[in-house]
Amino acid sequence: MSTTDVPRIITSRFEFDDSHTLARYEATGGYEALRKAISMAPAAVADEVKSASLLGRGGAGFPAGVKWGLAPAEVWPRYLVVNGDESEPGTYKDRLLMERDPHQLIEGVLLACYAIGCGQAFLYVRGEMALAQERIAAALNDAYAAGYIGRNILGSEFSVDIVLSWGAGAYIVGEETALIESLEGNRGMPRLKPPFFPAAKGLYMQPTIVNNVETLSNLPWIVRNGGEAFAALGAETSRGTRMFAVSGHVKNPGVFEVEYGVTTFRDLIFSPEYAGGIRDDNAIKAFIPGGASAPWFFEEHLDLPLEKVTIDRAGSMLGSGAIVVMDETTDAVKACLRVVRFFARESCGKCTPCREGTTWLEKILQRILDGYGRPSDLALLLDVCDNISPGIAWPPKQTTICPLGPSAVSPISSALERFRPEFEARITQAEQTRISVPVAFPKAVTHA
Amino acid sequence: MSRLTAENTELALEIIGRYPRPKSALIPLLHLAQEQDGHVTDDAMSHIAELIGVSAAEVLGTASFYEMFKFEPVGRYMVNICTNISCQLMGGEELLEHAEATLGIRPGQTTADGLFTIEDVECIAACTEAPCLQVNYRYFHRITNAEFDQLVDELRSGARTDIPPHGTLATVRQRIPADRRAGVVTPENTAHPVWLASSQEAQS
Repeated sequence: MSTTDVPRIITSRFEFDDSHTLARYEATGGYEALRKAISMAPAAVADEVKSASLLGRGGAGFPAGVKWGLAPAEVWPRYLVVNGDESEPGTYKDRLLMERDPHQLIEGVLLACYAIGCGQAFLYVRGEMALAQERIAAALNDAYAAGYIGRNILGSEFSVDIVLSWGAGAYIVGEETALIESLEGNRGMPRLKPPFFPAAKGLYMQPTIVNNVETLSNLPWIVRNGGEAFAALGAETSRGTRMFAVSGHVKNPGVFEVEYGVTTFRDLIFSPEYAGGIRDDNAIKAFIPGGASAPWFFEEHLDLPLEKVTIDRAGSMLGSGAIVVMDETTDAVKACLRVVRFFARESCGKCTPCREGTTWLEKILQRILDGYGRPSDLALLLDVCDNISPGIAWPPKQTTICPLGPSAVSPISSALERFRPEFEARITQAEQTRISVPVAFPKAVTHA
Repeated sequence: MSRLTAENTELALEIIGRYPRPKSALIPLLHLAQEQDGHVTDDAMSHIAELIGVSAAEVLGTASFYEMFKFEPVGRYMVNICTNISCQLMGGEELLEHAEATLGIRPGQTTADGLFTIEDVECIAACTEAPCLQVNYRYFHRITNAEFDQLVDELRSGARTDIPPHGTLATVRQRIPADRRAGVVTPENTAHPVWLASSQEAQS
């Protein structure tokens, strides 16, 4: 695999200490795409993005150009909402893009607004990301002063305000309809789709395009170099480049921008230019290919390319570009519990199968880990999973409004299928050592 | 307890004015209240309710959904230690245990001197830098026990002037200059965007 001739599209400025400043941005081609775009018809800008075949980078992987086209014709106003609520466990890319290159994101927002016809955009940053908020606020202030945002941008008829908003700690708000609820000042609970597809009925019940930070950060390059240049990179169904975070038991954890659909998991995890192999040269036990919601992969999946369709067919997803590596020393029960506990804590409580189901999954796994497991518990886990996601299949079916509940099923089905003896050993061992009255309350993972 | 100060009320009105609907300013205003008092007080919530024209119960209804809003005093420094999967694999739970032992408190509790609160938090997007933590939402990457102790010492002695007290997020605020402002687009504003319209005219 050759990586040297692949341009870095979205991380090209990361090497500069002042990559977040307007001066650096302008000195490295910044806002050229905006100048170019406003000399073009808005529809031509949209066509450029369509021809790039840019897949959304938030998790679902829906083509951005197609998403834009879903807004009903001649219904105004339309809004653009930027999803900067990155919080899928294992995911670390949007924060980098917001902290290190906020102007690139802002220019992407402007290009999208110009093409779609949005007069106001809302940039929603995760609440916990103080530096990202600060860098974006400063960048917005500078870009307003320079005439790139606001009324009659660069002397044209194009006018848009970009409003910085931020959350306050809730994973579910990364789901687009929950994000819209949050932007309307409500509890971040997802809306039912249909009828509330944001492109048709979104913010204030108006057509709303919700795009991820990484998705929008690609737009300046695409408009500057053309959609075809972008589509020349990557595999047929996964164009361009993409950021992947490789974390866990690797020698050199990091975030890497690679050609999409070509690089394999083995390249990313083992190649010296990327994560450099498993720590202490241990064997790999499992890895999560696309964030905590994704079913786990194992050694036999290492040679699969990071390509959407291939990974979907193999029974998981690339999701948000988060690869979490577990070596042979990992306790599968503990890792499984930790991921499930996340979903139990973050369930918004709107749908019963998720609210009750994730809570019970956590309790059952916790008692297995604590030595109080029962022989019937493994069947019970799968039964609860089946109630949240009938058939426990991939892609998951759901009895819930949003995919959060089914996401808690992924780690259980993966770990039980592959490491069932570890769960059974915990339970058998517990039976042998169980005492009739616990001398102390079992040590539980503490809740905040 | 306190309503928003005159200065913050002015800022609140500016923020409200950026949104098509006043209630959209609710979360930003709750952050402003928390920045002012270190936590969100009942009086501040009543004041916010008046400013955006909803009931105080609606304000609490939204506020109580979100982890970051605290309704009782917390430490000057909120120490959030991640124990989610990437951090767990790299020792996040052990780091949390060490922090509990060092500070003598459990997650959700505050030290007697009012300086530190610990929380056991979900993924904070620093997965390749595990184990990680935040102090008042400022990141610390790849933290060892010794580095944790040193950080606590520095915070105690007041040496970390780069970390503002709990409640303050960005230290730069967005300001939209009046002469550059495009203006709020309300849902009632059904006009065809002018730059789309003239482009279509040019084509036809």
